[in-house]
Amino acid sequence: MTDQSLTGLTLVDALAGLRARNFSARELTEAHLAAIADANPHLNAFVHVTADKAIAAADVSDGRLARGSEEEVRALEGAPLGIKDLFCTEGVPATACSKILGNFTPPYESGVTEKLFAAGAIHLGKLNMDEFAMGSSNETSAFGPVTSPWRRNGSNAPMVPGGSSGGSAAAVAAELCLAATATDTGGSIRQPAAFTGTVGIKPTYGRCSRWGIVAFASSLDQAGPITRTVADSALMLRVMAGHDPRDSTSLAVETPNFEAACHASLKGLTVGVPKEYRVDGMPKAIEDLWERGIAWLRDAGAKIRTVSLPHTKYALPCYYIVAPAEASSNLARFDGMRYGARVEGRDLTDTYEKSRGAGFGAEVQRRILIGTYVLSAGYYDAFYLRAQRVRRRISDDFTHVFREVDCLLTPTCPSATFELGGKSVDPIEMYLNDVFTVTANLAGLPAISVPAALDANGLPLGLQIIGRALDEESCFTAAAAIEKAAAFNAKPGSWFRGPRS
Amino acid sequence: MAVDEQTVRRVAKLSRIAVPEDRLAALAGELSGLMDWIEQLREVDVTGVEPMTTTVAMALPLREDRITDGGKSEAILRNAPRATDGFFVVPKVVE
Repeated sequence: MTDQSLTGLTLVDALAGLRARNFSARELTEAHLAAIADANPHLNAFVHVTADKAIAAADVSDGRLARGSEEEVRALEGAPLGIKDLFCTEGVPATACSKILGNFTPPYESGVTEKLFAAGAIHLGKLNMDEFAMGSSNETSAFGPVTSPWRRNGSNAPMVPGGSSGGSAAAVAAELCLAATATDTGGSIRQPAAFTGTVGIKPTYGRCSRWGIVAFASSLDQAGPITRTVADSALMLRVMAGHDPRDSTSLAVETPNFEAACHASLKGLTVGVPKEYRVDGMPKAIEDLWERGIAWLRDAGAKIRTVSLPHTKYALPCYYIVAPAEASSNLARFDGMRYGARVEGRDLTDTYEKSRGAGFGAEVQRRILIGTYVLSAGYYDAFYLRAQRVRRRISDDFTHVFREVDCLLTPTCPSATFELGGKSVDPIEMYLNDVFTVTANLAGLPAISVPAALDANGLPLGLQIIGRALDEESCFTAAAAIEKAAAFNAKPGSWFRGPRS
Repeated sequence: MAVDEQTVRRVAKLSRIAVPEDRLAALAGELSGLMDWIEQLREVDVTGVEPMTTTVAMALPLREDRITDGGKSEAILRNAPRATDGFFVVPKVVE
């Protein structure tokens, strides 16, 4: 097989091909490393490539595949993956794409990556992201922005891959890895998935261990995969999920068979359509796609019901109190004393201030300042406590509608991707990207984005399914039905393959 | 609501972030804009609503209080900006 036919396989098909010995893990890994070498100068998706480790791991997998017994061949044996730079990876730098972490090289492995590598996955390298996962366009990274492999029809203008998991989404869309890990605090898996024609799921809060993931907003952060198909997403999440006693919010529950849910019938499933998820200025292409999504699910056997989530419009401002407040506390640990970059000052306080002033980028500083402000004396009740009360209102909205429907169908984002530099001036305009995704984080619910169409410019659009807590299965069932009906098989072109002109 | 330069200076101090004087006005403008937008939360009736701190409806798990890890000072110090003889080297704290 050619390199490109190997990297273009789905995760499920690649694993089948490895088991059938149609190609080796080494061939598959080398094909991906070659694709990265070609594309990364254009896309900047990887910030650190672990080629030697990947080849060594592939050889181990080939040995296991040759012996072939069930114990030897693990769930992801020989599958080359990319890892978001927010995950601690033993002996491989983890910087959250921030200058303040310097060359931090963790002496331990995160809970999620530990599970993936124990299942035989191969680590290709670390993926670019917005600094500390704060952003919606991957333009705040200390390593520079990621460029999406997608372009408008007839245009060479560079587009954003979305954020914060922009490197993960771009790498999966450009076929530089079979799948990638990502994290989602307000939409950071689903929005970049929607922008790049890939599948992204944020599971129920507590489904995946947060141990060893650099913390942004601890009550909202969850890990999940970005993949090219719904079935690949189900497989990845099954391996990533599971109880971890090192994370006190990790749920001690069985991980369901998500792959089986992808083949389940929609008969008996009631899908809610929340009327508040129509915002001013939303392109007609997205309104139309939403209508088509409703028809696809109805045709597949689901019942459709219009529902109301009256506090939806308050989710984003609520998030911009809760998330920065938690971030200002979490990011206090970056003081230049025990790890990361230090800028020496006159005394201890001056050293803290200089290290943090030089180490944190503008967006991270802005959020720490907001968080510190809303938690400070005199403002705590008016802002922080009020936001936490509004958060409960938003969560209660979902509790009410989930008495009559099993899941919700919405657009993932209010727009398609936009040009690099197109929205970085006004923070609120950038924050509005997450208007449909942030609610699931505030309520801790699972939500998946599935690519469903291209707009008139040839750019991907996604639909989102939000499920009840711990019911990722309905998300996968509905998403698989949309994937089948939409038959989305568009690819981003090939301008990024080959030498930089 | 307006966040003035003096407030930004105070919050930056609390945050332990060195903000140059010539950045204060711009930051005050940005934070004021954000806080104005956030003001809409005042419209929500939250009478009698308990603040929500977690989405996980479970008691915090407890474990036995015993040592389960340790003896890794070398691995821990490997990432230190400055270290010597098994210690972090930090600016003088006590006079």
